[in-house]
Amino acid sequence: MTTFIHPLLALIFAPLLRGIINKTKAFFAGRQGPPLLQTYYDISKLLRKGAVYSQTTSWVFLSGPLAGLAISILCLFFLPFGNISACVSFQGDLILVIYLLGLLRFFTVLAAMDTGSAFEGMGASREMTFSALAEPTMLFGLAAIARKVHSFSLTPMIHDITPQIWETGAPTLALVISGLFLVFLAENSRIPVDDPTTHLELTMIHEVMILDHSGVDLGFIEYASSLKMWILGSILVGLAVPVRTGHLAIDILATLAGMVILAIFIGCTESTMARFRLRLVPQLLVGACVFSIIGFLIQ
Amino acid sequence: MFFLFVSTGCILLAGAGALIVGANPKICSVWSSLLSLLAAIAGVIPCIQVLLSGETLLYGTAWEIPHATFSLCLDPLAAFFLVPILGLGLLTAVFGTEYLAHEHANLRAAWFCFHLLWASMILVVLAADGLLFMVAWEITVLSSFFLVIMGEHNPEKLRAGWVYLVASHLGAAFLLIMFLLLARDTGSLAFASFSQAAQLPLAGKNLLFLLAIIGFGTKAGFIPLHIWLPEAHPAAPSHVSALMSGVMIKTGIYGLIRTLFFLGNPEWWWGWTLLLIGLSSGILGVLFALAQHDLKRLLAYHSVENIGIIAIGLGFGLIGLSSQNAIVATLGLAGGLLHVLNHAVFKGLLFLGAGSVLVQTGTRDIDSLGGLLKKMPATGFTFLVGCISISGLPPFNGFVSEFLIYMSAFHAVLYGATSLNTPGLLIILGLSLIGGLAAACFVKAFSVVFLGNPRTKAAAGARESGMAMLLPMSILAALCLIIAVASPWLMEIPARVLQGHPQLAAGTDFTGIFKPAIQSMKLVTAGSVALIALLGLVIFIRRSLLSNREIGSTVTWGCGYAKPTAAMQYTGSSFAQPLTTLFSSILCTTSHVSGVDGYFPKAGSFSSHTNDLFEKKLFSPFFRLIESNLHRVVWIQNGVVQLSVLFIAITLLLLLILGLA
Repeated sequence: MTTFIHPLLALIFAPLLRGIINKTKAFFAGRQGPPLLQTYYDISKLLRKGAVYSQTTSWVFLSGPLAGLAISILCLFFLPFGNISACVSFQGDLILVIYLLGLLRFFTVLAAMDTGSAFEGMGASREMTFSALAEPTMLFGLAAIARKVHSFSLTPMIHDITPQIWETGAPTLALVISGLFLVFLAENSRIPVDDPTTHLELTMIHEVMILDHSGVDLGFIEYASSLKMWILGSILVGLAVPVRTGHLAIDILATLAGMVILAIFIGCTESTMARFRLRLVPQLLVGACVFSIIGFLIQ
Repeated sequence: MFFLFVSTGCILLAGAGALIVGANPKICSVWSSLLSLLAAIAGVIPCIQVLLSGETLLYGTAWEIPHATFSLCLDPLAAFFLVPILGLGLLTAVFGTEYLAHEHANLRAAWFCFHLLWASMILVVLAADGLLFMVAWEITVLSSFFLVIMGEHNPEKLRAGWVYLVASHLGAAFLLIMFLLLARDTGSLAFASFSQAAQLPLAGKNLLFLLAIIGFGTKAGFIPLHIWLPEAHPAAPSHVSALMSGVMIKTGIYGLIRTLFFLGNPEWWWGWTLLLIGLSSGILGVLFALAQHDLKRLLAYHSVENIGIIAIGLGFGLIGLSSQNAIVATLGLAGGLLHVLNHAVFKGLLFLGAGSVLVQTGTRDIDSLGGLLKKMPATGFTFLVGCISISGLPPFNGFVSEFLIYMSAFHAVLYGATSLNTPGLLIILGLSLIGGLAAACFVKAFSVVFLGNPRTKAAAGARESGMAMLLPMSILAALCLIIAVASPWLMEIPARVLQGHPQLAAGTDFTGIFKPAIQSMKLVTAGSVALIALLGLVIFIRRSLLSNREIGSTVTWGCGYAKPTAAMQYTGSSFAQPLTTLFSSILCTTSHVSGVDGYFPKAGSFSSHTNDLFEKKLFSPFFRLIESNLHRVVWIQNGVVQLSVLFIAITLLLLLILGLA
């Protein structure tokens, strides 16, 4: 039964992360900010609406949100949550998860291209460019951790990140976590790579790709991108928070607290930084890859 | 063996029949398809028998040619390569019946050459004698050369054929030397005696390895020997491109593996060489593909990329062998082998899809297509399946072979000796980069061709192709999923093939080694099934949410701009621009812009072109150098008969003196 805890937690709490980020940003700006549960309200409102489709689009346009939601739910079953094992775990599951996220991106981008809009084409092109650079960092960073704990399945890998491992291998872990954090920002379209609050500027990536989605489809997309943030966040927190007491409630609470701190940290980053110019983003991602490589080499 | 003769006989009969009845396209199509079907069924029977039982079928008879025997051998390695040759041969033959009706080709010659190419590839794989192998190899080259230059004569086509012919023969020259050296050292041209090559001194083995890499690598398309691929594949008719890219270039891989089996225990640098060739072919192949606007040229560069992935698997397997790590070796080699099969399926599918598009629209330029998914739904759907597969994404077959190579790399990094760590890391970095770039490239190819609005009249007027073209594509698309789902139960086959390697033959516990991998692959399969189920669930939820609600239809939101046109859509070039700029130092894309400027501006234009770096910087200067120096020796050939006779006499005299001394 405990194995299904993580998917359940994710399905329930994933949209909360965005609420926390927005509250943090509002705090920095001295505003009241939207309610903590705003993302839930948004999604439930969208799910109650009809939909409008462009005449240009075909079934590929519909498949984007559907594939996105199905894939992000599927990924949850392969992910451990701190000390809580994943539903399914096997040698190489981290490769499957990363490639499933690739499939998700493939369909999101196709849906954007299906509208025939130059704006969405622009976002699609940038998304593919940056993700091609982000993928090696992710696999390489996880390979560094895998070598440290001698397993390349996510559950035993995260399970073995104990305080002892942190004592002996803190530099490696810290470097890999920084690399993965940059990838996390890029993959979830946060500042400094992308700005989730702008809709109609030529600089953004993810938001522009979903310009034409509406109603239920948009609701699915919002929920799926919350889940995607949770998926990558739970890997990061699993590595960064080495609480492995074996006591179910304490482990869950510690990791949940880690997720909240991650969200607050993102809020702080977004409040104190500006978005990079686009041509700096590849350098940032290559830098993230260098972090993972150094992390691997110094162990 | 009897069935194989029936199979080859049917194919040759189909070819000969096409010469006779070719004037009537209908009879010709039916004749050739029926015989092809018979040939494929007859040929697959012994292959399956060999692959399941692991036995070897032999046939040998005397041949009038000195030092050679007409001997054939069907072992698991040959059978493994023969199955895709037979299968893809049949599907492309069926596809061709309708495709060629649209091309103004000489049907007789086209079918004759096609069947000759097909039969000669079967012979290449079956041949168990150096000379027979080279003869079959040459027939393959010549028949495909004629197919490349066939059709309306334009300089581009002739140039493509010329590059192909020269490259193939330069490669064949290296193979000839290799076989002669092997025959000198082992006493005969028969493959059976070549296995003694494992006992040769190291220097000899190293030389043989290098000759094999260059000779077979030219056929397979290793960078920098790949330059004929992006020329010949677009020029050939599409079903021939599918056959050439799907299986013909794999005969190069077959030859390489066969030679590696002869040479026995590999040196440590062999694997490294192959691995580095694989990494550079993979990364450069996909980068050059990104910069292409010609759909078939793009696919040709992806063949280079996929050959690179195969070479990565094989090279890493060799490194595993030389460092005595059986797990890394078998997983790497099995991944490479499985990718041979997978690439045949999805690349065949993609080239057939490109052929379908080409027939209906008359253009290969992706930037003048668009919106074809609505006009050609079946072509579009199968092409999408091919795109996902070739990008190495689950749930299709491309993922499975890459997954095996990843498993091998992770295993090396985690548990292997220090010498295995660096190559393992390079593979993880390289494969993930190749995967990301390939996904970008195929998003570009699919979306610019099939999505959005049609950019030209030709694209707007396209219609769906007929059954003879759609059926082969549907079968290949189904195979992409079937192979992926069935892969855990197919691992017996690479194990059988790998037993042919002397180092793995005795006492390698394949079941034990593959068990964890198979375990993972079964769960990957379960994941794919779960994905499809979840997708069904999500579709159901959407449908029930949207029932009884208002669904509107409007134009694409253009941020307030009211008059969007099809020309404003993102093109393939613009889609790839961020990546091509990032790698501009390698790609050297040249663009010609005539801007809209001045007081009375005329229409502006933009065009860009990416030449092959290696052709421009390596081969062209090399051949120019040779050409410019040839005038120094041209006086020898002055057309005076007496002088020629004198040269012959002098040569004979010299040989006599040498012989006596």
